[in-house]
This record gives sequence, C-alpha cells and structure tokens, in this order.
Amino acid sequence: MAMITMREAISQALWEEMEKDPNVFIMGEEVGVWGGTYAVTRGFFDHFGPERVRDTPIAEGVIVGAANGAAMTGLRPVAELMTINFAFLAMDQIVNHSAKLRIMFGGQFKVPIVIRAVGGGGRQLGATHSQTPDVVFAHFPGIKVIAPGTPYDAKGLLKSAIREDDPVMFIEHATLYQSRGEVPEEEYLEPIGVSKVQRPGRDVTLITYSKMLQLSMQAAEQLSSEGIEVEIIDLRTLRPLDMEPVIKSFKRTNRAVIVEEGWGTFGIGSEIASRIYEHAFDYVDAPIKRVAQKEVPLPYNRELEQLALPQVEDIVNAVKEVL
Amino acid sequence: MDKERLQEIYHEMVLVRRLEEESASLYQQGKIGGFLHLYIGQEAVGSGIIAARQPQDRVITAYRDHGVAISCGMDPKVVMAELLGKETGCSKGRGGSMHLADTELNFWGGHAIVGAHLPLAAGMAMADQYRDTDAVTICMFGDGATNIGYFHEALNLSAVWNLPVLWVCENNQYGMGTSVERASAVSEIRQKANGYGMPNERVDGMNVIEVYETTQKVLPKVREGGPYLLEVMTYRYRGHSMGDPERYRETDEVEKWRKDDPIGIFREHLLSKEGFEETVLDEEELRAEKLIQEAVQFAESSPDPAPETLFDYLYVD
Amino acid sequence: MAETITMPKLGFDMEEGTLIRWVKSEGEQVTKGDILAEIETDKATVEVEAQSVGILRKHVVQEGSIVPVGSVIAVLGDEEEEIDLEALLQEVPVAAEIEPQETTSATSQIETESESTPPTPEDNGKFPEGVKASPIARRLAKDMGVDLRTLSGSGPGGRIVKQDVEEAMESTKAPVTDVLGLQIPPLSGTVSDSTTVPLTKLRSLIGRRMTAAKQELPHFYLTAEYDASPLMDLRSEINMRLPEGEKLSVNDFIVKAAALALRQFPNLNATLEGDQILRHGEINIGIAVAVEDGLLTIVIRNADLQPLRAISLSAREAIGRAREGRVRLEDVEGSTFTVSNLGMFDIENFIAIINPPEAAILAVGSVMDVPVVQDGEIVPGKRLKVTLSSDHRVTDGAEAAKWLQVFKEFVEDPLKLLI
Repeated sequence: MAMITMREAISQALWEEMEKDPNVFIMGEEVGVWGGTYAVTRGFFDHFGPERVRDTPIAEGVIVGAANGAAMTGLRPVAELMTINFAFLAMDQIVNHSAKLRIMFGGQFKVPIVIRAVGGGGRQLGATHSQTPDVVFAHFPGIKVIAPGTPYDAKGLLKSAIREDDPVMFIEHATLYQSRGEVPEEEYLEPIGVSKVQRPGRDVTLITYSKMLQLSMQAAEQLSSEGIEVEIIDLRTLRPLDMEPVIKSFKRTNRAVIVEEGWGTFGIGSEIASRIYEHAFDYVDAPIKRVAQKEVPLPYNRELEQLALPQVEDIVNAVKEVL
Repeated sequence: MDKERLQEIYHEMVLVRRLEEESASLYQQGKIGGFLHLYIGQEAVGSGIIAARQPQDRVITAYRDHGVAISCGMDPKVVMAELLGKETGCSKGRGGSMHLADTELNFWGGHAIVGAHLPLAAGMAMADQYRDTDAVTICMFGDGATNIGYFHEALNLSAVWNLPVLWVCENNQYGMGTSVERASAVSEIRQKANGYGMPNERVDGMNVIEVYETTQKVLPKVREGGPYLLEVMTYRYRGHSMGDPERYRETDEVEKWRKDDPIGIFREHLLSKEGFEETVLDEEELRAEKLIQEAVQFAESSPDPAPETLFDYLYVD
Repeated sequence: MAETITMPKLGFDMEEGTLIRWVKSEGEQVTKGDILAEIETDKATVEVEAQSVGILRKHVVQEGSIVPVGSVIAVLGDEEEEIDLEALLQEVPVAAEIEPQETTSATSQIETESESTPPTPEDNGKFPEGVKASPIARRLAKDMGVDLRTLSGSGPGGRIVKQDVEEAMESTKAPVTDVLGLQIPPLSGTVSDSTTVPLTKLRSLIGRRMTAAKQELPHFYLTAEYDASPLMDLRSEINMRLPEGEKLSVNDFIVKAAALALRQFPNLNATLEGDQILRHGEINIGIAVAVEDGLLTIVIRNADLQPLRAISLSAREAIGRAREGRVRLEDVEGSTFTVSNLGMFDIENFIAIINPPEAAILAVGSVMDVPVVQDGEIVPGKRLKVTLSSDHRVTDGAEAAKWLQVFKEFVEDPLKLLI
C-alpha cells in the first residue's frame, strides 16, 4: 500500500489506462503543455505526445462534442472540463448527446466517453467558479455520474469509468486534490454504482460523498467522543444510485442525516430522503435531516463563503437533532 | 460518371422524391408522428455529394435526413419502418424521422439539435486522423446552423487541428421561417469559412452533375490537406416541416424555384446530353414507386417495439 | 371502387380542422393533385389535394364544420357505383382509442398477522418503539392512550395504520353480567336496534379532560343562595334602554361579578404548577357553551375590566361562532376561571367539574320564584343558587366561602358592577 494524494491517484489512473489502451486519449483546455490546471496531467504531454494529450481552444461545446464524435467511432476519449461550472457551456452535448445518442439510434454504437470536471467551493473564487451542481447531471438517464471522496476510490473508479462503455461524468473536488489516502500497489478497479460504508456506527446513518465525506468523518470523530457513533455511507456514484447499504443501515439506526455540498433545494438529499421514506417507511423514527449549502451563490469574502458552506459543526448538530 | 451510374443517380433522386411524398401522405393520415422535414427540392444535393464519396468517408447531417439516408444506401423499408416507429426501423423505433442512421453504411445520422452534430463531425474526423486513416467526414447542415456557437467552435477546431472534414452547407435560403438575409451577418454563407482561414466555394445545388463534380474535385483536398466549406445553393419546395403555414415566403418565389426542379433538370440533361430514352427513365420511376409501396407495406406490417424493451439500448452495461 | 378522404393531419399537434370551403363539388371529376377543399387549422388555411383519381361522389361534411383529424370528409368513387356510406364510414379507423389501462388494483398482500406474531424487522433492523406503525397511527395512539403493542396491523406487511387505532378506540367492551335472572314482562311497542355512534373528537376530548379532573383534583363544593331581585330589576331597567339583539343576559352580570370577586381572591384564579401556585395576572372568565355534541368554553378576557355591554357583546359573538362551528382559537383559549350556567334549563342547582388547569368553577342555577321570609312574612321572591367547586390543593373552605360572600355583594347590589 502506498500513501498518495487524490491528485496522484487520478493521475495514476489516467496514465495506467492510457498505457494499456491506445484508444484512450485526453482532450481539454491546458491539459497538455501546461500539465493541467490542477497538475493532474503533468508529464503526460511529454510522454504520450500531442496526439494523445490534446490542448483545445476554449470551446466547451466542441470539447465534449468532438469527444462524443470520437467515441461514437470507437475511441475512448477523456474530455476535461476545467471546472464543472463550465460544464453548462457544454450542457447540450452532455445531456442531449452523450446521454442520448446510443438510445436514439437503437444501440448502433456506444459512446464510451469520460468527462472529467472539477467542482466545489471554499477558495474564494466567486459564485461562478465555486458550484457543486452534481445533481443536475445525475438527473439524466443515459449518463453515469461518479464523485469519489478518497484517493482509493478515485483511482479505482476512474479506471472503471474509462473502461466503461457508457458515458461517464467524473466529478472531482478542487479541495480534495491534496487529501491523502492509501492505495494498493497492484492494479485494482472499483465498481461503478456501489455505495460504500466508510465508517460503521450504531446510532445514526449519515449519507454523503466527495468533499463532504471528509467533513463527515471529522464530525463522526467529534460525536464519538460524546458517545454517539455515526455510520457513514459514501455514495461514490450518484447515478446509478445504490441505496442498498443505506436502507440496510437505516433499518438499524432509524435515523438519517444526508450531507452534500450543493444547495439543498431539489438536491441530492431530497432524492435520498425520498427513497428512504419509500423503502424504509416503517423504520423512520425521526424526520430525515439534510445538511447542505445555504441558498445563496457563494460570495468572495472568506468568512461569508465559509458561512454558506456546510461545516463540521452543522453536521454534528444535524446528527444530534435526529437523535 | 458512366451511364450506369447516371441511371442509378436518377433512380435515387426519384426514389427520394417518392419517399418524401409518401411520408407526407402518411403523416397526414396520422401514421407518422412528431416532426417531418421533407427533402423535396434538395435531392440533387444529397445525391450529388454522396455519389462522390469513398466507402470509408463518413456522412452526418441534421434532421432533414431522409434523402441523405437513401443516398448513403439505406433500404427504404428500414427508413419507412423507422418513420412509423417500428421495431424493424433502423433505430428500432427509438429515433424517428430525425434520427435515421446506419453506421455500417457510414451514415451517422440524423440529428435534431441545430448545429450539435458539427462538433460530432469534428470528433469523428479527429478519430480518423488519430487512427491515421484517409477517411473524410462529410458534415451537412443548413444555413440556419451557421449562426450557432457550435458552427464556430467546430469550424475553428477543424481548422486549428487540420481535421479532414468537408463542411457542406445546404443553403435553402431559409432557417425555418427566417431568411438568410434576416439571420446571418453575411448572406454568402461560404464567407464565414474565411473567418477561419478555410478554403470554400459555392455551387448550384439544383444541378446534380455540378454538385457531384465539385465534390469530387474538393474531396481529395480535404483528404490530404484539411477542412473545406462547400456552400450548396438549393431550395425546399415544401415548408420547413409538415404544418408550416409558410407565411414567410411568397408563392411565386416557390413557383419560380419549382420550375428548376432538380429531377426535371437532370432528366432533361440525361435525355438531351447523355442519350437516354424516355422509357428507361420512366422505368426507373416505376421501380422507385414500387420500392416505396413495398417499403410502406413492410413498415405497416412490422411490429411496434415491445413495452418491456423500453429501457433497451440505454446503457451497454 | 369507392374510397374515403379523411381530414389530414397538417401539423404535429393538430387535432382538428375546419372545412372552410369545398373546391370540388359533388359529381366533379378529380385527378391526383387537384385541390379538393380548403381547411383551416389554428395556424393557417391550407389546401387539401386529392391523392387519387375519381368522381367526388359525396361531401360527408358541410362547409364550416369542425372535423377531427382522421375523420371522413368525402367519398371518391366511380360515376355509377352504389355508395354505401355507412359501410365506408365504419371502415375508417377512428383515432385509436387508448384503452383505459386496467389499473391492476394493488392486490393487498395483507397477511393478517395473528396478534401473537407481529411483523419482524429485516436486516437486523428495529422498529421505532418496537412496533411497525405509521406516524399518524403512533400519534393517535399516543393521544388516545392506546397501546400499539396490543394491536394487529391491517396495513401492508402488517403495518398498524390509523384505522386500526381508531377501531381499537371504538370497541369499548363493558362486560355485562345478569345475576338476578329476572323474568322480563312482554314488551309493548317495538324494540329499536342498538346503534353505535363513534365518539367525536370533541366528546373524546371532553371525556378525557373531565376524567382527569375528577381523578386528580380534590374537589370540594360550597353552595350559596342569593336574592336575585335587585339583579333582575337592574337588568330590566338597563335592557329597556338597549335595542333588540343587544340586551344583557343574567349571565353577563354573573361573569362580571365573578371577575370582580376574583380580584380579591387570587388563589381561585390560579393554576397549580408542581409545588407552586401560579396566580394569573389576567382574569379571563370562561363561559361554558353547549354546542352540537359537546361543550366549549368561550373566554371573556379581562372580564373584570370590561363594562357589562362589552362582556355581553363578546359573549354573544363568540357563542354565535361556537354554535356555527366557526370558533376561533382566541375564543376558547386562556380562561382562568369558568362560569357554567344552566339557568335556561330550569335547574335549581348543580355541581360542576373544574376545568383543568383552573382552580375553580361556578355552577349557576335558574332564577326561581320562591316564597321567602321578609320582615317576618312570607312573600314571593326571586332566588338564585350557585355552587362553587374548588381545588383543595390551592384553596380551602374558608377562602372559598369568603369569595362567595364578596360575590354575593356584587350580585345582590348590582349597581356595584357598573362603577
């Protein structure tokens, strides 16, 4: 086992898959010569060359669109959107094309594209550079949406995503790149569409993913010292959504808290809560609590921004509320 | 083109015309639903361009795709079945009129969002370049699509990366109900390619021979050197789609263009310049008629997709 | 060979069109491409072309008709042939009627769990409170004091639902034993069937509260009799000067008198809280009002500060609302002492149950014409009996008796109520 950062984990996954399959290539803004704005593809250009690590103009529509076209004819592009905030410029290509091309033509071809996008707030980048709109992409049947919270999951899931024949949106978090975690030396894959119990506990079921997993773990430590044991379930994949471990846990604890970085209204939590009420109705002992970003575009001011984002304290309080 | 090929082209154009007329009738009977965009008047464009392609060259177009589908070699039966939404349709009834395709014949659809297939075309050409094949992607689109962001992003990328794409603008003078003059800053569409340093030219789209010869001349340049924009001047005799009240153009304008019917022009050319007999051409028309009738029968007697197949083809896994 | 011509579909959302004008008349020759008629849709006027050759034998619809897409508008045929219109019309497939989906009624897989085997939780889970019950069932059970564990659920998977709790509440089986074995003489007249009437929420609520009051409050009772003549006389005088509908009632005087008396005896305007007596700052007199199927207490706030007419108006309005079922929250909340008057029913005297969390209640009887002793002689007089029920935890006989004395002063010298 090696202790590596999330950045390294993603980088390794990309490198390994490119080595393995000549059909895999990367395209996006500043992925080549610059080495990637988050340094994920540093060194790739020199090793794999300009054909396989393609710097594109600033044109998200054609970045995803051309990747779609290349995927239709059998290549396996990994298109990078510098941030998920820019994904909106490619929205039509993602939801109308990546998600629908295969079924509209009766399965005549596959669209094995991976769209990597970086999201999340907390770095004073302002409202249009700090969003977590993951739920918007998870809404559409036809694409798979992954958002890992640990280096282990990031590497295993990205490799799976690249090998996956269906279109995948792979959402990374800007402030998780530095986070460290253990990763096996030997090659491994993680399954898409499987939620994972990251921390067992007997009192409350906490469902979360991505950056919020980190905060939730911290909250769990704090609560543990007060005798409250929280079970943390990491969704890892948003679509297809795996509720099995969640329901199983909830039946034992009768209480749930859902933690997401995006806005709560019509957010991930609404879906999870709905499903718990549907499938574990008789086990509900308290209303399900959602912790989410406050309903405001993130401001620049540091304290204000932190005020709007979910904090460890919010999670601790939410857990206590459902007890 | 040799005589045999010329005869085939004539048959093809008539086949497209008959297919479109029959589709219009079926639509009015309520058997075809959704939108129906007819190619009537534009037959020479599809037939001329695609006749010049090599088998490895890809064709992709927008939603006015029936003519292009036939020119790419699709069987009218599978086309008609798709129009009627049947399981035996080329897209298994999932796509309808706007999403005909047959990747085996290198026809990549049939696309509904204006301009969205241009990036797809750039991508397919990029993939061919990546694999070092000599295939060209022929991307057809209307005058209306030349104003959308996708057009500019895709043309620019094709120029920057030197992608083997033949950009073909079928200028039928109107984007839905808006004339080119009212929608586009430059009304000679080909000029837009100059903005990307891309070679371009204009051709008369009512004359299938001219279209064919121009394409033949241009394709090798694309194959070797990079993207090219061909502006093909044409006209659609019917509205944008079924149900278009056509308030945006005068009837005498339509009449004027109808006099230059591409099929009529070609027929005249074959009779007077290529030494064809009337009877031979009439035979081709009858043959086309028969094929369409058979296609309708096939389609009508085909089954609808079964309800339990609703989720088929959504994911590979 | 006759064929039908139908209203064409000219747009993807077209449902019907108006046949504006027939271009071809009945009997006219028609060839392919000829204009047959003009149709108006909501978007435009369109010409309909003939698709085949023949004689236009029949206009099936008239000019100006609105026709659904797909319906027959004309018949084309040979000159001489017989046209069987009915047969032709039946051949035309009408716009496919969507078969109403046979909604497979969710076959309630209700395994009626026998009371000894409640549903078991899955996945090592546990049911809240150990039972499988819906939130509303739990709430109702809690409110009504029903033990969920004694119920079997009729809901999916043996879930206890609201209905199960309601049914449990209704079945109050009182065992009946007939020990004497008496011979009952034959009955004259028909015996009615017993009927079961479910308890209304109001009745249940009253029942619970009165039961609690009787069980928990150590009541003691003091009865007093007053000379009602001064009050009745003053009332007459005042009412002569008031319009119909605004006249004062006897109870209005009682309410004011009680309120003023309470000023001097705060223990009777109080609530016991644990080991403390909360003496209320406000004197809010509750008036017991009979409503359909029960009793409501409407409240006159700060009755000691209000003139008689104001008390009368508030009472009249609130009682009106209560009788019509439009009672407002502020009408019934916050009483600190209650007056219950059965004077209109010819009741000489009665004893009322205190309304928790109050400390006392005054039961008022009817004003009776009775013989009284005055100056050694027996004369007709008017007498009023009241009984004060008090909570022995906050007051005692002496205090309560003194209250009655002060109350008497206001009742027998009613002018004091006006100052």
